[in-house]
Amino acid sequence: MAEKRLKLKKNTKNNTITYALVLAVFLLIEIMQGTGNISSLLSGLLVPLCMYSILAVSLNLTVGILGELSLGHAGFMCIGAYASSIFSVVTQNTITNVWIRFPIAILIGGLFAAVFGILIGIPILRLKGDYLAIVTLAFGEIIKNVLGSIYVGYDSHGVHMTFESASSLDMEPDGTLLINGPLGISGTPNDSNFIVGIVLLAITLIVVLNFINSRAGRAVMSLRDNRIAAESVGINVTKYKLMAFTISAFFAGIAGVLYSHNLSILAATSKNFGYNMSIMILVFVVLGGIGSIRGSMIAACVLTIIPEKLRELQDYRMLIYAIVLIVMMLLTSSPKMVKFWEAHSPKRFIEDKFRSKKSKAKGVQ
Amino acid sequence: MVLISNLINGLSLGSIYAVIALGYTMVYGIAKMLNFAHGDVIMVGSYVVFLLTTKAGLNPYLSLVVAMAACTVLGLLIERFAYRPLRGATPLAVLITAIGVSYLFQNLALLIFGSQVKSFSSIFNFPSIKLAGGQIVITDETIITIVVSIIIMIGLTLFVNKTKPGRAMLAVSEDQDAAKLMGVNVNATIALTFAIGSALAAVAGVLLCSTYPTLSPTTGAMPGIKAFVAAVLGGIGSIPGAMIGGLAIGVIEILSRTYISSQLADAIVFAVLIIVLIVKPTGILGKKYIDKV
Amino acid sequence: MKKTFTKVLAVVLALCMVVVCFSACGSKKDGGDSTASDTFKIGSIGPLTGDNAVYGKAVQYGAELAVKEINANGGINGKQVEFRMGDDEADAEKSVNAYNDLKDWGMQILAGTVTTGACLAVVDKTKADNMFQLTPSASGADVIKNDNVFQVCFTDPNQGIASADYIADNNIAKKVAVIYNSADAYSTGIYNTFKSEAAVKGLEIVAAEAFTADTTDFSSQLNAAKNSGAELVFLPIYAAVAASILKQADTMGFKTTFFGCDGLDGILSIENFDAKLAEGTMLLTPFAADAKDEKTQNFVKAYNEAGYDKANLNQFAADAYDMIYVIKAAAEKANVTPDMSVSDICNAMKSAMTQIQVDGVTGLQMQWKATGEVNKAPKAVKIVSGAYVAMD
Repeated sequence: MAEKRLKLKKNTKNNTITYALVLAVFLLIEIMQGTGNISSLLSGLLVPLCMYSILAVSLNLTVGILGELSLGHAGFMCIGAYASSIFSVVTQNTITNVWIRFPIAILIGGLFAAVFGILIGIPILRLKGDYLAIVTLAFGEIIKNVLGSIYVGYDSHGVHMTFESASSLDMEPDGTLLINGPLGISGTPNDSNFIVGIVLLAITLIVVLNFINSRAGRAVMSLRDNRIAAESVGINVTKYKLMAFTISAFFAGIAGVLYSHNLSILAATSKNFGYNMSIMILVFVVLGGIGSIRGSMIAACVLTIIPEKLRELQDYRMLIYAIVLIVMMLLTSSPKMVKFWEAHSPKRFIEDKFRSKKSKAKGVQ
Repeated sequence: MVLISNLINGLSLGSIYAVIALGYTMVYGIAKMLNFAHGDVIMVGSYVVFLLTTKAGLNPYLSLVVAMAACTVLGLLIERFAYRPLRGATPLAVLITAIGVSYLFQNLALLIFGSQVKSFSSIFNFPSIKLAGGQIVITDETIITIVVSIIIMIGLTLFVNKTKPGRAMLAVSEDQDAAKLMGVNVNATIALTFAIGSALAAVAGVLLCSTYPTLSPTTGAMPGIKAFVAAVLGGIGSIPGAMIGGLAIGVIEILSRTYISSQLADAIVFAVLIIVLIVKPTGILGKKYIDKV
Repeated sequence: MKKTFTKVLAVVLALCMVVVCFSACGSKKDGGDSTASDTFKIGSIGPLTGDNAVYGKAVQYGAELAVKEINANGGINGKQVEFRMGDDEADAEKSVNAYNDLKDWGMQILAGTVTTGACLAVVDKTKADNMFQLTPSASGADVIKNDNVFQVCFTDPNQGIASADYIADNNIAKKVAVIYNSADAYSTGIYNTFKSEAAVKGLEIVAAEAFTADTTDFSSQLNAAKNSGAELVFLPIYAAVAASILKQADTMGFKTTFFGCDGLDGILSIENFDAKLAEGTMLLTPFAADAKDEKTQNFVKAYNEAGYDKANLNQFAADAYDMIYVIKAAAEKANVTPDMSVSDICNAMKSAMTQIQVDGVTGLQMQWKATGEVNKAPKAVKIVSGAYVAMD
């Protein structure tokens, strides 16, 4: 009993730090903005930073908590972006109040992504390990390819759809072209801003952290740690796996909404919704520490800012990024280095006296 | 007639995927890691051949041998400095490192060779075969590609099953610790796998660029992904599986591009993969694994 | 065990972020100082890394060359010019980041972006800041929807119409096959107007074959074109892919005439490309490096003397070179000075653009409409024994 209370306390403490960090960054940025002390680059990056943080946190739910490798996270983002963008473009003139339209758009983006999460999750969550990874990659690519080549328009006769070209839609002259094939959707209102982004990030954190600490979350983690044992005590594998996967997809969709409402043009290319993007999000998660929500956020921010700040280096920019990535991985994950860090941890230095007790406790575990 | 020539093109593309997939599948089978940088080793091999034939005027076949050697060394270096330190770390950490290595090569190639696409001359120079009064043209590249991939597959199967180092590979892929106890040098075996995989990548690069004659720093990326899909489709870790998967992906890609939609060809390839995996979760020739408590 | 380590990493990363944030503040100060300085700051954005780096590099070299020449000859209105190019990897989001970064540097005029997709994301930002924008090569029709944006290149629809007209008016072919990149705004843009203009002119499109990015195998498209009985294959695509298509067509024994737009320019300078394959290929382009006119020859000579990569000497470099001179002409017409605000420069330049006439490498007597569209004559060239020969 005492042990359990201690653990809960630790969780609460841990979560409080996460929330406090977001709040502190928010206040810092607000102060910087208020005093006009912020660079255009950084202020332009604020929404993307929130977006990537949401993506990283949501993917961490799949990778860290559910323990399944997903390489198709950008696909859900793509669905959220397209669904919400279509909604916003269509209703732009009927619902003029941003505070009504944008929340609906956000919900639509998230829900569409979640529905696809369920549809995709039911068949593929039966697979394991790398097979699951490659199937999620395949789904992500399919979504990107289909949305990147479809033409959709509507007129008085209803909705037209084709993969041919805009002129094969055979629309009435009064028709409106919604998705213009590879050119995508243009004219999405720029509704995203930093406050919306940070609020969405906070909501993501609240939902994800509470999910992890809930009964369902513990069931999911038990599946990750030992599926057979979990199954044998009566945990419904499909239900809990699907639950985590869908929540993860939902927030990826919401990140997509932020993305599409931050730029006036939305096109599905391999740059923004391809497997490279999925991998990039995965890099955030792994580098931030698998299962560590706070780490995901920090890694997402740092790895988004680094290449931007390296702009002065021109040609060497992406080269240095690649080297930084490899070196960071080697420093953080190689068994030798992990031991080194263990031995030289500043925390250990400070808490040297308490250390022996703790490690004994761990040994028992 | 059109169908036949499309089928032949599909087999040719599929054979290239198969050779790349063999590299993926061997490394995966033994080191249990997705070597995302494999596609970029292909690119490096192609650049080596390109430079040797155009700048140094070397015999194409000799330059292929040099490229194989260069890629082998490269593969060993990657293994030694990027992957070996991570042995025992989570598979994800290794995956991310591999992605980093892939970025590194692409950007190094961009700096060294420039951004402009190069036109790669085929290193083979035999007459094409014309059938049915010129309606079907089978190029020398097509024939060589198919023959080479079959030779490689047979050679690898024999190597793995009949020779001592090959059996050591099997042992390591089965159980690293047990293999170590039986006196197998695990590090050397994994290094050997990387060496073979990278040499194959050089061959694949030359076949790829001879058939599709452009060369740029990102040449290897998409074929790499497709070949990886092929390896999974065939059952990753299985040598004949990689071959079957590669051919299947190549044929499906070409046929769906011709008869369904060229925009959706990639989507169809991926859809086939998903369907196969849902029906048979470890790929066509993949081993079944049983969870143990 | 793992936990402690994660914490250490988190602290390290957090520190990194704080440092990065502060350095971000620092750069703002730099930007603040430089606006008051005495030089024009012209920025550009394009793909300097990734798949499309060849175009971004070409623009960078062409623009830098022009800036060097202008500075050596006394600058614009007596003021020196500084030029900086940001990398966007041809991605919309990164393009906006590059734009913001250039703003921190103190950019007053945006001479970009290079690619259409990225440009569409940036035009709304320059509109909001009211910054003058002149793009060398973003040829999409939507790029110039705002009144502060002008183009040096033709718009895609114009190229499609001009190509169809040229083919029909000169009786080059009646049955046309098209192979285009359906994932590319430039290619689809030209194809769509080509298609409608072809219908008007009585050209029959017997095959329209699409491919997408990352396609390496063109056998099915070429087979379809071959079997359709087309007399001409229209390739509204870029040179790198076209080189591959020409080679594969040759391998499969498909002999026909190819016709392309400005994207095809540069095909002869592809390293190791066998010029024989392109024999007889026609293209409509504003620039051909082999052209004999004085403007082109001077530009090519200066480019080579400056030691830039020869592989990047194509119409993008020429457009960019012209772009800087157009900015100079408009700035001198409007009499703008570096101490004016970005918005004032923009307003003055906007009206000056419609009044100037520039003789450039990519066209003589270039003039601009208030819509931002350029008016210049395309050149039709044919490849004969490995060199461009002007047609007409």
